[in-house]
Amino acid sequence: MTETQHREPANGADAPAPSRRRMFGLLGGAAALGAAVGAGGTAAGLDATSDDRHGSQTPGRPVEFFGPHQAGIATPAQDRLHFAAFDLSPTVGRADLVALLTAWTAAASRMAAGQGVGTGAVTGPPGAPPDDTGEALGLPPARLTLTVGFGTSLFTDPDGRDRFGIAASRPPQLADLPAFPGDALDPAASGGDLCVQACADDPQVAVHAIRNLARIARGTASVRYSQLGFGRTSSTSTSQATPRNMMGFKDGTANLKTEDVAAMNTHVWAQPGDGPDWMTGGSYLVSRRIRMLIEPWDSTPLVEQERVIGRHKGSGAPPGLGDEFDPLNLSSKGPDGELLIDANAHVRLAHSSHNSGAVLLRRGYSFTDGTDNLGRLDAGLFFIAYQRDPRRQFVTIQNSLAGKTADALNEYIQHVGSGLFACPPGVQPGQYWGQRLLG
Amino acid sequence: MTSPAIRIVRLASPVVLTAALVASCSSDKSTNSGARSGAGPGTVGPIAVSAGDKNCQVGRSTLPAGRHTFEITSSTSQVTEVYVYAPGDRIMGEVENIGPSTKRNLIVDLPAGAYEVACKPGMVGNGIRTALTVTGQAAPAQTLDENLTAAVTSYRTYVETETKALVDTTATFVAAIDSGDLAKAREAYPTARLHYERIEPIAESFGDLDPLIDMRADDVTPETPFVGFHALEQLLFEKNTLDGARPLTTALTTNVGKLSTLVKTVEFTPLVMANGAKSLLDEVAKSKVTGEEERYSRIDLVDFAGNVDGAKYVYAALRPALQEKKPELVTALDKRFPALVNLLDTHLAKPGDQGYIAGSPYVSYDALTPEQIRALAVEVDAISEPTGQISGVVTAG
Repeated sequence: MTETQHREPANGADAPAPSRRRMFGLLGGAAALGAAVGAGGTAAGLDATSDDRHGSQTPGRPVEFFGPHQAGIATPAQDRLHFAAFDLSPTVGRADLVALLTAWTAAASRMAAGQGVGTGAVTGPPGAPPDDTGEALGLPPARLTLTVGFGTSLFTDPDGRDRFGIAASRPPQLADLPAFPGDALDPAASGGDLCVQACADDPQVAVHAIRNLARIARGTASVRYSQLGFGRTSSTSTSQATPRNMMGFKDGTANLKTEDVAAMNTHVWAQPGDGPDWMTGGSYLVSRRIRMLIEPWDSTPLVEQERVIGRHKGSGAPPGLGDEFDPLNLSSKGPDGELLIDANAHVRLAHSSHNSGAVLLRRGYSFTDGTDNLGRLDAGLFFIAYQRDPRRQFVTIQNSLAGKTADALNEYIQHVGSGLFACPPGVQPGQYWGQRLLG
Repeated sequence: MTSPAIRIVRLASPVVLTAALVASCSSDKSTNSGARSGAGPGTVGPIAVSAGDKNCQVGRSTLPAGRHTFEITSSTSQVTEVYVYAPGDRIMGEVENIGPSTKRNLIVDLPAGAYEVACKPGMVGNGIRTALTVTGQAAPAQTLDENLTAAVTSYRTYVETETKALVDTTATFVAAIDSGDLAKAREAYPTARLHYERIEPIAESFGDLDPLIDMRADDVTPETPFVGFHALEQLLFEKNTLDGARPLTTALTTNVGKLSTLVKTVEFTPLVMANGAKSLLDEVAKSKVTGEEERYSRIDLVDFAGNVDGAKYVYAALRPALQEKKPELVTALDKRFPALVNLLDTHLAKPGDQGYIAGSPYVSYDALTPEQIRALAVEVDAISEPTGQISGVVTAG
């Protein structure tokens, strides 16, 4: 998991919250954007550039659905996640796909505004099943964002078929992820033709959104897998205390600050000329379900845990230092001449200086899905990262981390699910998600 | 398979049955009246239908409107049936239980339109379809009320026919048990279940009767011991014995008989039908696709098919009314029902196939892969949404 840190500069006048002191983050296999922060933490000149549609962090308020980018990427991370991957039915054609995305976009824009789907939960004809399932009635919008992504199999299915006539429009950035050493991927928890990331500050609002989109999809697409996340592990802009992940370490320290338009353009948003034009303004999503081997971790001595991560557990400070925001010096050595940060420490291998400068916008969530059939906690990190080019970013970082002799953290984690999706740019009223690809 | 009794009934009165069904799509209230659709009999002579295992050959591809006699010759090794379907699989006429290498006649009144002749070896699934075009005089336009009335009449006929088949096939099943023939009893079990599952919501409307016929071991309480089909299923398929079956068969015969009597008192309405169709699909989602219901015999797909048949019949009967009030619903269901039935058809099994269960046209639930079960569940969820809208449409003013 990853690490980086910096001190946030003061937010601009429009930034709603006082600057949050970012903590280093466990990230389960990939590095955080802004990783190369030394003293002062100016990873990317993170001056807050006001962006009203993402700026609001007032609980309950709606986040603007329409805009040049999809909401849910640059939006300050909400507290809860429901992520779902969908497969299209075998008989579905391009017109059905367009109809689904049109219906989804309409429903998503309503839900993001705190409105019910269609004629609502209790305001439609009483003799018919309500259009909206109703569990969000009376709840505030809770900053709900819905972000759609197109999987690799939408362009070319596993049999090599171009089901929707879009194979030629597949961006080169959407190259299948390579197999990484140590992967234990469950095909049923990986991939998917489509994905929807629902984030909200109220879990019921997020679940309601996925449930209703899945319902609308019936007959066209079905849920391949879905994941609930109960706590964000990354922050982009907030006054809350730094969250700890399921390993007990502070997480989400040095993420990209999304108000920094220049850094977002450099690292997150697809730019003109990157690939097919329909993706310009979009971003690529990599998801990894990272199971933490909780019981072995819990019985590991504190010094070993800190060696594995490369930080103090209590303060989040680098080894030998006292403050979470003290600079991380990868080359500093102790009196014995040994590296203070272990050669295999997670923070070292995930650091951007170790990865040709590659950074990611992390937006992951802790999960706990009860216990497994051995009575062990089924918990970990549902890693989500947005980026401009996964080949250059996620793949580079994960190649550094993966493998028995690489990241020391690998002894305590396992990647069990994986997804790669092209999230198209945002829509204006009257448009549907992916219209520039399919229209 | 069906007992000889029902075969005789069908042989003796195909015209009556056909006419009653035709009434469902006609404004003519005199359901037993003779030729009234234009051409009289004999215009083109009988039409030969050859119902095979893999073909369904019809002697003519076009016909003038009017009354026609289809001379069906079965060349299959299984019991088969032949339908004449209007769009949406609305039944214009049918002959069930055609034994191997036998001949039967089907007399149907056909107004102008597009039809399909379907042969169904094994009496399940979509069948093998042959298109048939009828030219000439079209059926007179119907009002909404006429359409709904016809739908109710048609469904009543269906329920009564299925109830009769249930009584007969249960009698066959019970006779096999009472005669001490375990193998024959097992083989007779699936067909009786099929007929019950087709009309399950109607049976459920009679309170205690449904549990007495269809309860599961989990439903047992100190006051209600384990009885009915599934108690016998457990004896036959899990305990591999007929010991102790006699009180169960006696009670089952009594309760199925009661059901048959009570069905005649049901006041069918479009709403009852629509809710029944939804209820059938809910049943599939809850206890069939999960493999819960037939836990000893594993013939869950037979129940699955029965529930789908029942729901599909309701839809087909209501289709003309739905077409008028909400055509997009018809578009959706015209797609979804065949998709579901086609998927079920991929799990048909013959003797010798892996997962074959004697007497069941479908493979054992245990022979399904998790992916196959998931695909079935996805289709059931997909069809439940539009089916759930039928009641609102048929009751809206």
